[in-house]
Amino acid sequence: MKTFALDFKTQAAQLTADLRHRGLIQTALSKYEAVRDKTRGAFQDWPSARQAAAETKWEAINHLDRYLTEFVTKLEARGTKVHWASTGAQAREIILGILRDKKARSIVKSKSMTSEEIHLNEALAAEGLEVVESDLGEFIVQLRKEAPYHIVFPAMHLTRGEISELFTRELGSTPTQSPEDLTMTARRVLRQKYLAADVGFTGANFAVAETGMISITENEGNARLTAALPKVMVTLLGIEKILPRLEDLALFLPMLATMGTGQALTCYNSLYGGPRQPGEPDGPEEYHVVLLDNRRTELLADGEQRDSLHCIRCGACLNVCPIFRNVGGHTYGTTYSGPIGAVITPHLRGLQEWKHLSYASSLCGACTETCPVKINLHHHLLQNRRNACHSKPSFGERLAFRGFAFIFSRPAWYAFVRRAGRLLQKLHPLVKGTSLDPARSWTRTRELPPIARQTFKEYWRTRRTDPAMKHNRSVTRSGP
Amino acid sequence: MKVTLFIPCFVDLMYPQVAISMVKILERLGHEVECPEEIACCGQPAFNSGYWDEARTVAIRALERLQSSEVVVIASGSCGAMLRVFYPELFAGTPQAETARALARKCYEFSDFLVTKLGVTDLGARFPAKVTFHDGCHGLRELQEHSQPRQLLAKVQGLELLELKEKVCCGFGGTFAAKFPMISTAMGEVKCAQAQETGAEYIVSNDSSCLMHIQGLLDRAGSRLKTMHLAEILAKGI
Repeated sequence: MKTFALDFKTQAAQLTADLRHRGLIQTALSKYEAVRDKTRGAFQDWPSARQAAAETKWEAINHLDRYLTEFVTKLEARGTKVHWASTGAQAREIILGILRDKKARSIVKSKSMTSEEIHLNEALAAEGLEVVESDLGEFIVQLRKEAPYHIVFPAMHLTRGEISELFTRELGSTPTQSPEDLTMTARRVLRQKYLAADVGFTGANFAVAETGMISITENEGNARLTAALPKVMVTLLGIEKILPRLEDLALFLPMLATMGTGQALTCYNSLYGGPRQPGEPDGPEEYHVVLLDNRRTELLADGEQRDSLHCIRCGACLNVCPIFRNVGGHTYGTTYSGPIGAVITPHLRGLQEWKHLSYASSLCGACTETCPVKINLHHHLLQNRRNACHSKPSFGERLAFRGFAFIFSRPAWYAFVRRAGRLLQKLHPLVKGTSLDPARSWTRTRELPPIARQTFKEYWRTRRTDPAMKHNRSVTRSGP
Repeated sequence: MKVTLFIPCFVDLMYPQVAISMVKILERLGHEVECPEEIACCGQPAFNSGYWDEARTVAIRALERLQSSEVVVIASGSCGAMLRVFYPELFAGTPQAETARALARKCYEFSDFLVTKLGVTDLGARFPAKVTFHDGCHGLRELQEHSQPRQLLAKVQGLELLELKEKVCCGFGGTFAAKFPMISTAMGEVKCAQAQETGAEYIVSNDSSCLMHIQGLLDRAGSRLKTMHLAEILAKGI
C-alpha cells in the first residue's frame, strides 16, 4: 500500500534535482502562459465568465440524473447504442464486446484521458488488437511506451531531437529538427491507419444533454478522421461531462481553449449525435456511447467535494502548480496529475493509497485561483488529509501531534520547550547533516535560523515591568 | 484602539524583531498594544496535517483568549489565514462555531490592518535600498492582500521596489517543507533565482515563515541577498 507514496517521493527527489527537466517544463509553460494571459485578457469579464461556468456545471452535476437521462434518451432516439459501465473493468469488457462482435482487428483512437484511466489500450493489446493513437502527442508517447505526461500536452517533456530519434527508430524516418517534417512523418503513418481501422474510438470533451450530442474540440483534426472513416464509432466518457444546453458550449469551448492552450477557440469543434441517419450522405453504420462511473458517483455523494466533478480537464491547474512544474507529470504515477489529480485520485483509486498526492502540496492556492469552473481545489486537499487521518491515523504522527497540542496549549510547557530548544541548538552542530540530525529534512538543503537570544515573549515580559521600554512617542504620521 | 497582537510561534522564537517592529509602529500610531502570553500557536501545523482534533486543542486557547479583544492583528499571513479563514471551518459543528466566526470578523494581518482598517500607508519610514516583494500565499490568496503591502512600500522614502516576474509559492508550506524537502527546496531555488534576477538587495515579505525558508536557502548558497519582514522596514527611521 505504501509503494505509491514511496514511488512518488523517489521520483520527486530525482526529478527536482534534474535541472534540465525543470528547465524544459519551465520553457514550455512560459510560452503557454503568455498566450493564455493574452487570450484570457480578451474576455470582457473573466471573473463573471468563471462564475457563469461554475454555476452551469453546478446545475449539471447537482441534477445529473435528470440531464444524463435526457442525454441518453436523445442519443438512443437516433439509433445510438448506449452502454452503462459502473467500473473500469466493466467498461473494458463492454468495449471488447463491441470489438469482438464486429470482428474488429484494428482500432484508431483520438485522445481520451478516460481511456487512460481504465487502461483500455493494454486490454485491447492483450486481445491481439492493433490500437493506434492518432493525436500526435499521444502517438509519440504510445511509440515510447509511456503514459501521457500532461492531460492536455501528452509529450511536453520531449524535445524535437528526442522525437526525431524516436521516429527514426520506430518509423524509419530521416532525422530532422523540423517540427513540420516530424508532423508529416506522423501524418503519413496515421493516414493509413484511419483508412484501415475497423473501429474509430473517441473520448468526449462535453456531453450536451439538450440535444443528445458529444462535443469534441481539437487542433489536429484527428478526432474528425477517427469519427469519419471507420464503419463503427465508439465514444467513452465519464458521466460528469454533462452540460445542460447546447448554448453552454458558447461559454465552455472558449474557456477550455483559453485555459487549455491559450487559444480563443480550438481549431475543430464537432458534435456527434448518432450513426448515419436516413438521408445523410455519411456517418458510421453503428455508434456506441459508453458512460463511465468508476466511483464518480461516490464523489457526487460527497457534498464537500462534489464540485471536483465540474472539471473540464483543461489542465490549467497543472500549469500553475509549482509542485507539478518541479516534478513533472509522470511522477504522480497515475492518470490525472497536478492539483485535480491530487484531489480526485484518492476518491477514484483509494484514500489511504493515494493520500500522499494531497499531502504533496504547499496549499498555495494557485490552482483554485486559476480554475475556470471555480473548483475549490486546494481546500479539497486539506479535506482529503483530514479524511485520511480520521479513517486511519498514523500512530507515530498522531502521537507527535498530540504532543504538539499538549505543549502548545500550555504556556509553562511552551516555555520549557523553548529552554530545551536553546540547549539542543548548542548541540546541533555536532549532528547537523548526519543521519542523527533530527532536523535533517531541513538541514540537508537549508540553514536553520537560531532561536533568538531573547524571544518576543521574554522581551514583552521584561517590558511590562520596565515602562521606559515603551515606544510611546506617539506621532501619528499620516491618515487617509 | 486596543490592539491585541497575535504573535506566531516562529516569530516569537526566531524573529522577535518583527513583532517588536509591529509594536513600535502601532504605538507610534497611538494605539494600545497587548500581546497575550498564554497563546503559543494558532494550531495550523496540526490542521494542515489533517489532525483537526489536535488542532482544536491548541486553537481553542487562542479562541478563548481573543474572543473579547477589540481587534486582533496577526503578525503573519499564514496564521492570519488560519484565524480568519480556517477557524470557522475548524470549529464548524462545535460549540465554538459562532465564537470562531465572530473572531474571524475582527482579525487582520498586519499590513491589511494598517491600510484597510486604519487607512494608513505612510509611516514616515526611510529605507534606501532595492527591494523585491514576495507575496506569501496565505496572505495573497486566502486574505486577498494584493495591494496593501505595496501601498505601504510605496511610501517608504528611498526604497525602490523591483517586482518578481511572477507570484509563485516559495515552497515552505509548513509541514510540506519537512515532508517533501526536495520539492520544497526546488521551489525555493526557483524563488531565489527569480529574486536574484530582479537585482534587488532585499527580499521582503509579510510572512516570516516564507522568509525562514528563503533565507535558509540563501545562506546555504552563500548569497548576498537578505530577507526582511515588511514590518521591520516600516519601522525604520520612525
